[in-house]
Amino acid sequence: MRIILKGIRRRRPERSAAVNREEKVPPAKLMVFQYVIAAVMLVLISGLWRLQVVGAQNYREMAEANRIRKVPILAPRGKILDREGRLIVDNYPSVSCFLVRDQGHDIAADLPLIARGLHMTVDQIQEILKRYRTAPKFQPVPLKQDITPDEQGFIEAHLDELPELETIDEERRLYPNDGFAAHLIGYVGEVSEEMLDDPQYAAYEPGDVVGRSGVEESYDAMLRGVDGSRDVIVDSHGREVGVLGTEPAKPGKDLRLTIDLDIQRAAENALGDRNGAVVALDPHTGEILALVSRPVFDPNKFSVKIGREDWNRLVTDPNHPLLDKAIQAQLAPGSTFKIIMSVAGLQEGIAENLRVDCQGGATFYGHFFACDRRHGMVDIHNAIPLSCDTYYYTLAQKLGIETIAKYAHELGIGEKTGVDLPGEVSGTMPSEEWKLRNFHEKWYAGETISVGIGQGAVAATPIQLARALGGIASGGVLKRPHVVFPGELPAYYRQAVQDSYPGSGDVTVPIDASNWEIITEGMASTTEAGGTAFAAHLDGIDFAGKTGTAQVVSHSAGMDKISSSVAQRPNAWFVGMAPRRNPDIVVAVLWQHGGWGNVSAPIAASVIEAYVDKQRRLHHNLVADTSKPVKDVMTKPVEIGAVWSKPPASEAPRGSPVPALAAIDAGHFRLKPEGE
Amino acid sequence: MRRFLSLRDFDWTLLGFVLILSVVSVFEIYSATLHTKFVGFYRFQILWLCGGMAMMFLMSVIDYHLLLDIVHWIYGFFMLALVGVLATPKVMGARRWIKLPGGIHFQPSEWVKLVLIVIMARYFAGLVGRELTWKDIFKAIALVAIPMLLVLKQPDLGTSLTYSPVLLVGLFLGGIDWKKGAILILAVILGAGGIWMSGKVLKPYQKARLTSFINPDADPKGTGYQIIQSKIAVGDGGVFGRGATRGTQTQGDFLPIPYTDFIFAAFCEEHGFIGAVIVLLIYFLVLMRLIQNAQTAADLPGTFLVMGVVAVLIFQIAVNVGMVVGLMPVTGIPLPLMSYGGSSVLFTFLALGMVMNVRMSRFVN
Repeated sequence: MRIILKGIRRRRPERSAAVNREEKVPPAKLMVFQYVIAAVMLVLISGLWRLQVVGAQNYREMAEANRIRKVPILAPRGKILDREGRLIVDNYPSVSCFLVRDQGHDIAADLPLIARGLHMTVDQIQEILKRYRTAPKFQPVPLKQDITPDEQGFIEAHLDELPELETIDEERRLYPNDGFAAHLIGYVGEVSEEMLDDPQYAAYEPGDVVGRSGVEESYDAMLRGVDGSRDVIVDSHGREVGVLGTEPAKPGKDLRLTIDLDIQRAAENALGDRNGAVVALDPHTGEILALVSRPVFDPNKFSVKIGREDWNRLVTDPNHPLLDKAIQAQLAPGSTFKIIMSVAGLQEGIAENLRVDCQGGATFYGHFFACDRRHGMVDIHNAIPLSCDTYYYTLAQKLGIETIAKYAHELGIGEKTGVDLPGEVSGTMPSEEWKLRNFHEKWYAGETISVGIGQGAVAATPIQLARALGGIASGGVLKRPHVVFPGELPAYYRQAVQDSYPGSGDVTVPIDASNWEIITEGMASTTEAGGTAFAAHLDGIDFAGKTGTAQVVSHSAGMDKISSSVAQRPNAWFVGMAPRRNPDIVVAVLWQHGGWGNVSAPIAASVIEAYVDKQRRLHHNLVADTSKPVKDVMTKPVEIGAVWSKPPASEAPRGSPVPALAAIDAGHFRLKPEGE
Repeated sequence: MRRFLSLRDFDWTLLGFVLILSVVSVFEIYSATLHTKFVGFYRFQILWLCGGMAMMFLMSVIDYHLLLDIVHWIYGFFMLALVGVLATPKVMGARRWIKLPGGIHFQPSEWVKLVLIVIMARYFAGLVGRELTWKDIFKAIALVAIPMLLVLKQPDLGTSLTYSPVLLVGLFLGGIDWKKGAILILAVILGAGGIWMSGKVLKPYQKARLTSFINPDADPKGTGYQIIQSKIAVGDGGVFGRGATRGTQTQGDFLPIPYTDFIFAAFCEEHGFIGAVIVLLIYFLVLMRLIQNAQTAADLPGTFLVMGVVAVLIFQIAVNVGMVVGLMPVTGIPLPLMSYGGSSVLFTFLALGMVMNVRMSRFVN
């Protein structure tokens, strides 16, 4: 080794000019290097100090945000049950597709592929992404809900190419078929941008599902749970490598409605496809037993995202399927208003002794006001069952608009009832002041005459009439209608519901016992021979009520009563109850363009019949002594509760459910199980 | 008194520091590749280190004067190799390697560092004692600029830039006067500006990489991504670090190439400020020891050789660590003695072997 090296060294030519052994680099120059290196090291250490000591907390959080992804666990909404605990609205498991943005992955380039796989358009996806641009990056964007197994397969097949797609299991709303109780229940949908701007929805985030109508909306806070989340550890490719922790979702609370599925079903069937509404409630408490509006929509279509076509069809339909007519149709109440007139007239001491000779109408202030026939001599006792317009024209003239308006307002006409459903309208009760305020015109005395028969500017909703007439029959005790038992709500929530849906609420209007009897007797006679609703007479049931035939074009009242055009046909009203005094059930029926009020009476009758049938099947409601004449029981001045007689022969064996009702018990059912 | 090379004169202290860094490197490569497809690469690194060590010992017994004498031939050969490499097909977007029989990938640009150190030493050592003329300066610049441009063409900006400190050190130690120095600096600034503006020499992605460190958030998904993730990793380590194999940035693959260019970020995340400062301290000691060897070198070329090595090392450390902490652009320069990779290990150990020879030779003759 040494020899070899020696050899190499020896061959080294001494001539090399570069080798000057005496020369040295000045030590100062090398010292410069030492200082430069020390300075570089200090700069680097200061860089480390800045990141690791000063910014450690901040960067730790960023590192955590990098690796931890919050995967939402969506809370199922509470189920909706009827008053007996039977299922009305259920949930079903469904898969939704989400897009995760917080990765080093170019999402824009993948959009065409994603769009193809999910059967969407690139524009749709971009629209969604735009909506979420302000949301935190780690929050997944809901791309498509309720995806098909085919689309699920696409996502699974492209796990590597499209790591940004993620599926989440969730519970989705399942509503009854064919729009059963659709307006009552309402529907859910994604929270809209306008809603997010509303402080009322401060707790909601984009993509949250929220009740958009009906009970789903008014009790949304109750029904919606609290979403949980799973903290998943991911790597830079978005692959899950572990789970840090799980916060389980808190499911929404189940909500028991005052609705009775049997009554609801009877009401649905009774109204059929007719354009209108039925509302049945218990006047003792205000509990709504059934609420139907026609035409219907299918809330299941809203539970995902409603298609543009479906939506357009719903909003352009002249019959307004999205309107809950039970609380949102404000129409002239027609002759049903005569009950309110009767209260006013009797309480004011005018009606008791008023006798009118009906010659098919009468002239007031130079105008002839028609009655539908010549009733001859009419007093308050037969004015109600005969629904004599001439009598009420005269009564209205004598009372004057201010007195009528006072009583009507007390009885809730022109006021919201305060029902715990969204979108209730107040209707209109005209008065001098009302006209001055809205039209800057003086009230003409002639207008009062029309108001006397529930025409003119008077407008009421079915629920107002049900509450008013049911309350009058209950001796002037009017209750706030509601669909959820207030006692089952937490106290703060009960208050919040009342504050959110203000209205007349619980009111007692003083009605003298004798007046009360006159009016209820009059309504009872309506379904008796000679009454306007004799066609709806129910044997063995104390069925009372009042028809109403409201002209659709109020200005042509009395001139064009029979029109061939359906749109010109009057709205047929009927408010019925059983029994006649202190009724257990009151049913208001509106059939738009149905014609005469008596056509609506059978609808109410079937609801009441269903109710009575049901009561009869319950032991404690059966009359102990069926031989006792029904009439005797009913003529007692004060009646408490219903006493039923004569169970129908066709009654199903006690204890086993009627076949038609069995389907209802099962939860999800067709509207007409026997017909299809 | 004539003496021969003796291992007694070998710089064992320096070797000790170098070995500490090598061990740290192996452990960090193990940790950084644990959850990647490169798991087990630390074993290759051990092999490279063993090979590098052997080369260092071999180099330490080759008289550096021999290298000085034949360096113009070596220089010529490597210039040809650099031209030749441009004729090869692109691998991963660049032409850097020449395939040799036996599956070895020969990367001339790494070796050129060493060649430039030697040729600069020979060139400037011969000029010491008189003032450098512009002609001297331009000759030196030309010697370095030719390989720089060839490597830039590959394209490999990082390695190309690594050549410049060799020239700077040569000029500085060779005795450039302040005036020429100032003119040169000005010229470089203007030239760099011109190159930047012309848009011909630098590719757009290279430009983007060079500027993104100033504001990485401007393009967090693209060029800024590496800087952001690296800074997060370093900061995440805090004072004490998250512990070996526990760095979430490193293990979750958020930190790009955590076993090569960004190995120091991985180390910082897992061993914290304290660990990082200790490693930098060891680098500092290595460099100080090298400068000491330069001071005690028997002749001027020896000093120039060692200082050339010092220049390349401090440049790489400054640029790599600077990049990791977000003070420098991403240039793809590995951290000597830490980053995974045969070329880098071989260069470092060959350079150290040369230094060893300089040190051992001072007692010879």
